[in-house]
Amino acid sequence: MARPLGEATREAYGKALAELGRENPNIVVLDGDLSKSTMTKYFAQEFPGRFFNVGIAEANMVGVAAGLAAAGKVAFASSFACFVMCKGFDQLRLAVAYSDNNVKIVGTHGGISIGEDGVSQMGHEDIGLALSLPGFVVMVPADGAQTRAAVRAAAEHIGPVYIRVGRPKAPIVYENGCPDFQIGKAIMLRDGRDVTLIANGLMVAAALDAAEMLEQDGVSARVLDMHTVRPLDEEAVEKAARETGAIVVAEEHLLHTGLASQVAMAVARLHPVPMRYVGLTQYAESGAPDALMRKYGLTGENIAREALEIVRSRASSVV
Amino acid sequence: MVTSDVSLKQLERTARKLRRHIVKMLAIAGSGHPGGSLSAIDILTALFFGNVMRYNPQNPRWEDRDRFILSKGHAVPALYAVLAEAGFIPEEWLWQLRKIDTPMQGHPSVKDLPAVEASTGSLGQGLSIGLGMALAARIDGKPYRVYVMIGDGESEEGQVWEAAMAASHFHAGNLTAILDYNHYQLDGAIGEIMSIEPVVSKWEAFGWAVREIDGHDMKQILDALHWARETREQPSIIVAHTVKGKGVSFMEGNNEFHGKAPTQSELEQALAELAD
Ligand SMILES: Cc1ncc(C[n+]2csc(CCOP(=O)(O)OP(=O)(O)O)c2C)c(N)n1
Ligand SMILES: [Mg+2]
Repeated sequence: MARPLGEATREAYGKALAELGRENPNIVVLDGDLSKSTMTKYFAQEFPGRFFNVGIAEANMVGVAAGLAAAGKVAFASSFACFVMCKGFDQLRLAVAYSDNNVKIVGTHGGISIGEDGVSQMGHEDIGLALSLPGFVVMVPADGAQTRAAVRAAAEHIGPVYIRVGRPKAPIVYENGCPDFQIGKAIMLRDGRDVTLIANGLMVAAALDAAEMLEQDGVSARVLDMHTVRPLDEEAVEKAARETGAIVVAEEHLLHTGLASQVAMAVARLHPVPMRYVGLTQYAESGAPDALMRKYGLTGENIAREALEIVRSRASSVV
Repeated sequence: MVTSDVSLKQLERTARKLRRHIVKMLAIAGSGHPGGSLSAIDILTALFFGNVMRYNPQNPRWEDRDRFILSKGHAVPALYAVLAEAGFIPEEWLWQLRKIDTPMQGHPSVKDLPAVEASTGSLGQGLSIGLGMALAARIDGKPYRVYVMIGDGESEEGQVWEAAMAASHFHAGNLTAILDYNHYQLDGAIGEIMSIEPVVSKWEAFGWAVREIDGHDMKQILDALHWARETREQPSIIVAHTVKGKGVSFMEGNNEFHGKAPTQSELEQALAELAD
């Protein structure tokens, strides 16, 4: 069941950025002394004249990105997800979101799968912060191929975008690339009747694993890759609620401000059905990535367990 | 409490032992930051064992204790090494660095260890927290001093300078910063990524008393720390010129070891070089 590991999504981001740089001389890139980790180094090596390492100064980085965008550039700015979102937040609010500047923030090392560095370097709340800014497109790609597609889509989209990518090698979900990628359009990876598993980032592969486990238990699960958290694909969410009658949302983020809460709002408004959530409810800790994912419940097993419970409780309430 | 008669030789010996602990705990952890831990350890050794700071390992939250904040939190192996040597934590804990279900977080965490004064790891925050503690000491009429170690790369954060301005404005004479000036940040040399020069005149312009030293010369470190203790009218900063990776030949000035743990064979070589 274990899917083969592909490149890390941050690696795909760095490569995609360099590709875009070759095609579009208007793209500029900023980093805050993490170019070797965010992988903006590839762009920096090829296009030193369009790359600005501002040092360890994330607020300044976002402000400078806003200025570059205001002067007509497509500005990508990167740091770890927590640093760029937390330290750059007021600048993201006024100079980017409220001013509708064409800035693309790519936060790397999102989630707890960064492992040993611990909480201070982990993105627990980056997606929530991005979602709290009106006008921001927010994407969390599942693997390398989808990251390339998302970065390309971000460059084409006019307006603020946040993309969260991760540190570890990501299981391959899209073996043949992600050619049909569209901002705001969920991808159904597997159809099913009894329950829908909605996930993004690393949790997409986990949801696919869960669907296979559920099949063993005679439960047919639909899997939706909700790579775009905003604008949310409400049509796909409503359809899932109507056609499968139960939804489990899984994400590597605090549940109360991420994908789960966005899906729950849509479900409550469009077609209320029982829901369960798999994600973070507290700060994590240092440890090996896999061990942390298990300890904090971010596994296919846990998604399957929640799905099974929700399906069984529905069956018993019908009886 | 610290002992009163400490010879320089003894301190240098302790520092060498703590360097061995640092490389060993990083090798066992398999990840972490040797460079900035090794550049800082002589200063931390002097602070904790050179009759400078007052503290009580039996009562880490003793109200009158002097405080030390490691603002460049990624150098936490250096902090854990002194905390173990001082008796705040058992030495065995060092080998649990970065492991799940232990208090030995990859960056300092107040929630996990009572001897840690501030959770750090997002660079730029420690000096503000230290200033707050220093102001509280004044309100409460407490005699303690607050020491904050910052990195040279870290000094690029605006918050450092906001704290610097406020500390002199509020005449926080019980606040001492120590700049670990090892000339490298993550992506490369400070001068190439983002220069912080002229750093001494910057701090002077912000109203601080400044002393420049060789951050690996134990005598100079102790003299500067005692000078800082006597500086009560204004905040003080020790600009310590250091070498990243100091003490291990293949790590010295080699920024590859900013954030890479030694392998087993590298550990063996490092331990051989650091032998008593
Ligand atoms: C706000 C923030 N941005 C980025 C980082 C990632 N980071 C960790 S260490 C480091 C370089 C620090 O350089 P310096 O302060 O000179 O430390 P030292 O050389 O002593 O290791 C960076 C950029 C961070 N921890 N916090
Ligand atoms: Mg440095």
